[in-house]
Amino acid sequence: MSPTTRAVRDVVLVDAARTPFGKAGATGIYAETRADDLVVAVFRELVRRNPALPLDRIDDVAVAATTQIGDQGLTLGRTAGLLAGFPQSVPGQSVDRMCAGALTAVTNLSSGIGVGAYDVVVAGGVEHMGRHPMGEGIDPNPRIIAERIVDPEALLMGKTAENLHDRFPHLTKARADEYALRSQEKTAKAYADGMIQPDLVPIAVRSAANGWGLATVDEPPRPETTLEGLAALKTPFRPHGRVTAGNAAGLNDGATGAILAAESVATELGLTAKARLVSFAFAGVAPEVMGVGPVPSTEKALARAGLTIDDIGLVEVNEAFAVQVLAFLDHFGIADDDPRVNQFGGAIAVGHPLASSGIRLMAYLARGFESRPDVRYGITTMCIGLGMGGTVIWENPHYDGKDA
Amino acid sequence: MTDSTPTAAPDEVVTQALVRLVDLPDGAGRAALVTLDNGHDHTKPNTFGLAGLRSLSDALDRVEAAAAAGEIVAVAVTGKPFVFAVGADLTGVARITSQDQARTVSALGHRVLRRFGELTIPSFAFVNGAAMGGGLEVALHCTYRTVSTGAGLLGLPEVGLGLIPGWGGAYLLPRLVGPATAVKVIVENPLNQNRMLKPAEALGLGVFDVAFEPADFLVQSLRWAASVLSGGTVVARAGLASEDAWDAAVAEGRAFVDAKLHGAAPAPSRALDLIAAARTATRDEGFAAEDDAIAELTMSDELRAGLYSFDLVQRRAKRPVGVPDRSLARPVTKVGVVGAGLMAGQLALLFVQRLEVPVVLTDLDQARVDKGVGYVHAEIDKLQAKGRLSGDRANRLRALVSGSITKDAFADADVVIEAVFEDLKVKQQVFAEVEAVVSDTCVLLTNTSSLSVSAMAENLRHPERVVGFHFFNPVALMPLLEIARAERTDDASLATAFALGKALKKSCVLVQDAPGFVVNRLLTRFLGEVMAAFDEGTPFEVVNTALDPMGLPMSPYVLLQLVGPAVAFHTAETLHQAFPDRFAVSDNQRRMVEAGRTTMLAWDGATPRLADDVAELFEVGDSPSSAEQVRRRALDALAQEARIMLDEGVVAAPQDLDLCMLLGAGWPGHLGGITPYLDRTGTSERVTGGRFLPPGVASVG
Repeated sequence: MSPTTRAVRDVVLVDAARTPFGKAGATGIYAETRADDLVVAVFRELVRRNPALPLDRIDDVAVAATTQIGDQGLTLGRTAGLLAGFPQSVPGQSVDRMCAGALTAVTNLSSGIGVGAYDVVVAGGVEHMGRHPMGEGIDPNPRIIAERIVDPEALLMGKTAENLHDRFPHLTKARADEYALRSQEKTAKAYADGMIQPDLVPIAVRSAANGWGLATVDEPPRPETTLEGLAALKTPFRPHGRVTAGNAAGLNDGATGAILAAESVATELGLTAKARLVSFAFAGVAPEVMGVGPVPSTEKALARAGLTIDDIGLVEVNEAFAVQVLAFLDHFGIADDDPRVNQFGGAIAVGHPLASSGIRLMAYLARGFESRPDVRYGITTMCIGLGMGGTVIWENPHYDGKDA
Repeated sequence: MTDSTPTAAPDEVVTQALVRLVDLPDGAGRAALVTLDNGHDHTKPNTFGLAGLRSLSDALDRVEAAAAAGEIVAVAVTGKPFVFAVGADLTGVARITSQDQARTVSALGHRVLRRFGELTIPSFAFVNGAAMGGGLEVALHCTYRTVSTGAGLLGLPEVGLGLIPGWGGAYLLPRLVGPATAVKVIVENPLNQNRMLKPAEALGLGVFDVAFEPADFLVQSLRWAASVLSGGTVVARAGLASEDAWDAAVAEGRAFVDAKLHGAAPAPSRALDLIAAARTATRDEGFAAEDDAIAELTMSDELRAGLYSFDLVQRRAKRPVGVPDRSLARPVTKVGVVGAGLMAGQLALLFVQRLEVPVVLTDLDQARVDKGVGYVHAEIDKLQAKGRLSGDRANRLRALVSGSITKDAFADADVVIEAVFEDLKVKQQVFAEVEAVVSDTCVLLTNTSSLSVSAMAENLRHPERVVGFHFFNPVALMPLLEIARAERTDDASLATAFALGKALKKSCVLVQDAPGFVVNRLLTRFLGEVMAAFDEGTPFEVVNTALDPMGLPMSPYVLLQLVGPAVAFHTAETLHQAFPDRFAVSDNQRRMVEAGRTTMLAWDGATPRLADDVAELFEVGDSPSSAEQVRRRALDALAQEARIMLDEGVVAAPQDLDLCMLLGAGWPGHLGGITPYLDRTGTSERVTGGRFLPPGVASVG
């Protein structure tokens, strides 16, 4: 018997959801909530709202976390599946590409769908930065410094953002603050328009001192933000620097999850398609200016898809730092306030629980696609620690072939 | 009233009622979410003492204010992880000295809990975990109830202790789920080994409106609440059952209680009275009637004995008194069983299931060995067929059980237990043969029920390794293990025996090596007096019902039949040899055993009588006693024997006698085992000149 002839299959994003994001730390909403419980809540909600999916059709589960220790360890993709009540026959794995963890979980599993190894998969990401501060348990090889393999500043993300301001002097602090303010404003508007809430999974949060509560909305947004207020903030990474808590994403807790499937299988099962994968790419850059990573990864992904930036109608770019978004936009000649970019706001307002954020971008893009049938292509892209970028190009299944 | 108002115990573990306002999912508005949390993990569950009730009252003040201000559309109450609440903190009962005080506490509970049912907004109980007694009553007061499919321990156990569900349960439950279910939950389950409800069962009975899985129980409960509030979900409730159905259910309950207790304990009947009245009583009347019942029952000796028994079983049974440090115990990695009869098979099954180590049975010939091993394998097959064991585990257990016709198979055993014929010479011989094979530290256990353990050990090279290890039949079910220290037993062997007993999940009591240990000695003494009364000419119906007012699990002759006339006779003979003055041997019993009769009773419906072919063997005298005289004689004998056993040091304290009777004989909690009953009936003072326990320990002070 000869093996079945293989053909590359189209991959669709069936659904994406997330927990409300919280502020990391002792007073945050998730201060006494485990990271794995956040993932489990998202997974259960995903399968609950896609009842057409038989759970035994899930061929793999991948969960990303940057710090894979404790409640983020123990091969989280497997344990979260078991804790969520998936059948024992459903396997699982853990993934790490720092901030692009969930994005990588999606691309890894999608590749498996593409070659016919999987039909349906569940991807997720989590980072409880309160329970697992950045850098917990790391043990950098001494050669990194001795041989100058990586600029020591590359390990501190805020410093890499300052370095970006150095590289691109025209990307001023004022522009960064203006961008940050718009992120807050767009987030507030998206909430008012009900664009964010449908993909939030309510989380029961326990506090030993205060009892049980329910997290239903993101904790980090500051709709009261003003330019004056932003201008007055300290620059913790460099005296008289440019990067502040206001023009950067905060330290956050949260989890995301997504169901992906071969398009033919989604059709067979009656699952919806919220986005169709076109191409993806990862690229490396100098670690000390990691924020510029999305530029080469996006160029690569566009080239492989045979598209140009002009074909892209919606952009979801992670806002680790305003300057890093500006560097990306600047490269592609897109205005700082271009309406195609992060129309529902971004991580500066809503938060960035590291490895979870990639799927948050996809959820936002999917909502954007739904309301914009005139848009055919969109991208999700993010910068990654130690000098990388990752980009996924998606096609809008709602595209109606008409221009806006 | 003020001077009778109890104050909170200074050491009360206070269950705090924490209030948070939460936005319900799906835009259903804002609710107050009350969390019950005593600040400890699940090993110390939430209970309500006076301070806890006050905290709940304060929480409800906040809820009422928020409702009045229009800030909330509902209130919900839930527990800490794994536990909702397990009821009133009963440690304070001992300090209650009057019915007024008891009524005050009961009424306070009503005043606080009933508010959940009398708010201007709907109330929801989200029962995330264990909910017993007053905890479940909190939920019953609410308008709606959800339950976690992972919740263990749901029920109203009060009647089993000697109380009634007195914070609204006796009134509310029958009105919610109907009288028949209420009788089952409030009366029958507590009297059937304190049976609890499983979540699915409780849902099916209507105690809860809906069940959700534990993983996101609270969120799904809040969503369900939101749906109820928005009208998307409508909860249908049956109306009150008809008067006829109500009366019939209560009558069935009364028949059940009478057959079980013969009026020996007041609580079940009081509970049935309350259920009977609940159909037409107003809330105020129903709750007041509960207060009255609580006031009376709290000041009853039956309740105090019930609480004493509960404490013995929960605490003393888990920390046996006078036991050498467990660090002295040696590991047990292989067990030998001498004998392959029915008892040996039961022991082998228990050992292999609990210890998961190789178990070897030996007997005189291959046929007996095969039969013994076959029995164990067949029992494992049955457990597998019932789904109690997985295939892999059943394979594992079967492979661990083997048989041998030579004791060489014991060479690497750490423990060998003998379960051969009750004959001292045989047992001495067996131990000598075993000792020739095993290591110097292998512990030798005997399951004898009445022979001298010291005598069994005396000719061994290492007599210090012999320990009495007395199980009760059926071995798998009976919780008690009497562990007997012989004259020369050393601490390491004894510690090993206790560690082993604990691993077998038995409640172990240390006894000295004395004939019959505790349970058989007391039961045999007691039955000896009853049989003597019969032999003297008391009619069978009189002797066999004479002890009914104690509410024992079975009548004397039914017990004799269960034990087996031959076994009982053998034990009686052994004890007679040891204590001829006090332990008689019934001539009629001898005739029956010698005639080979094994079935003693015939049944007219539920009423036993002597089987005709047994009755014809019996010769009786002409000096009958009244039932009262039989009872007094039996109780006097128990008091005398118990006193002598304590004086001899068979056990350390009356508490151990009581624990043995509770767990080994199944004697009920309202007797406190036995010594509290002997004390409160005046028997102890009359027979022994003093009480076993000071007033207040297991009685109203």
